[in-house]
Amino acid sequence: MSQQDILEGLAAIVNEVAGVPVEDVQLDKAFVDDLDIDSLSMVEVVMAAEDKWGVKIPDEEVKNLRTVGDAVTFISANS
Amino acid sequence: MTIALTQTAGSVGTKILSVGSFRPARVVTNAEICARIDSTDEWIQERSGIVERRWAGPDVSVVDMATAAAEKAMASSGISAEALGMVIVATVTHPYVTPSAAAEVQDRIGAANAASMDLSAACAGFSYAVALASDLVRCGTCTHVLVVGVEKLSDWIDHEDRGTAFLFADGAGAVVIGPSDVPGIGPVVWGSDGSQKDAINMTQSFIDYRDVGGDIFPALTMQGQQVFRWAVTEMSKAAQAALDAAGITADQLDAFIPHQANNRITDALVRALALPDTVAVARDITHMGNTSAASIPLAMDALLESGKAPRGGTALLIGFGAGLVFAAQVVTLP
Ligand SMILES: CC(C)(COP(=O)(O)OP(=O)(O)OC[C@H]1O[C@@H](n2cnc3c(N)ncnc32)[C@H](O)[C@@H]1OP(=O)(O)O)[C@@H](O)C(=O)NCCC(=O)NCCS
Repeated sequence: MSQQDILEGLAAIVNEVAGVPVEDVQLDKAFVDDLDIDSLSMVEVVMAAEDKWGVKIPDEEVKNLRTVGDAVTFISANS
Repeated sequence: MTIALTQTAGSVGTKILSVGSFRPARVVTNAEICARIDSTDEWIQERSGIVERRWAGPDVSVVDMATAAAEKAMASSGISAEALGMVIVATVTHPYVTPSAAAEVQDRIGAANAASMDLSAACAGFSYAVALASDLVRCGTCTHVLVVGVEKLSDWIDHEDRGTAFLFADGAGAVVIGPSDVPGIGPVVWGSDGSQKDAINMTQSFIDYRDVGGDIFPALTMQGQQVFRWAVTEMSKAAQAALDAAGITADQLDAFIPHQANNRITDALVRALALPDTVAVARDITHMGNTSAASIPLAMDALLESGKAPRGGTALLIGFGAGLVFAAQVVTLP
């Protein structure tokens, strides 16, 4: 799966969970600071991503996923 | 010699006849909470939906609250206290190992012919008790059962703990369950995952506190994100299973009354169940906080009183919490 596919999937999830417009979800955007995703929405995004790509994203790892790009890289490396 | 014994058979259908609730007088604002924890009104509202909660004073006990709610439910039930065959009080905050809160409630309301017991299933307690009460009536063990959910969580939280101090609160709600020609309580979908017992538990046992000592009196403690994750994934499945078991679809609901754990959990469940806008969603947590076993009947009463949900309408209930345990069922509103 291409990084672009993952980005698009992730954008759809972020939109569904937190109402952020799909086009705002770009690789360089930080979940908390740029997209206003708080810790509980982040849990939901992570759960939806786990479901969609069959990856396991442990709680310790979630802290390292600061930007959308971090998440895309982690998912493509682990799915 | 094995002899075939007489066994009872009861009503084919059951329903909730009435609901009543008790809200303690004292309103505790987020500002008051923030005097003891490093937090803000904005954070609390964003993460939980709570604007204020109610705490009962030292002069109001679990039994007092339970009795007040029970009396209201009995008054609109159309049955006499003598007709009750069982009083079930769902609570985890009655501060005595024995006797039960239920025995005292049974006596105070004059339910002279009723058995009584407390039920410990934390925030799922009310839905557990509704399932048991319905089955008691269906089996003919009782004709009517009083179910009370009551908590005085303000006595059992660490008021300096950022993870719980703003969340938990006090109150009571009660329902009377009896026979019905039209089945009004769907099958319960319930379960238990004791492997997550540490997700919500006590800081210490009372015996250890007495013998070894501790920094604070034993209090509730919670792994908030663990609970959130579990609630959002597993409870949407349980809620859907309860709809399926009752033979209805989400668009047939008039109301969704989940345990008022956190508005963010409610939001996620509403999304997962794809509830249409026509379904009234209980948000009693906004002004009551999380009252564990009391939250569902309190929210039910509020929805009916405000006219947001119709009497005789169809509602999905789901309770979940410490254990971790859960129970969901579809009911006809009284
Ligand atoms: C309790 C709950 C609201 C906490 O939210 P959370 O997002 O998990 O909180 P965290 O502990 O991960 O902390 C997230 C951030 O908020 C901060 N924070 C934690 N508690 C806070 C408080 N009371 N006030 C202000 N900030 C707080 C943390 O310091 C952290 O900040 P940082 O990211 O800058 O380090 C949430 O986990 C929850 O409600 N879970 C479900 C619990 C539930 O429903 N239980 C009842 C079942 S019956």
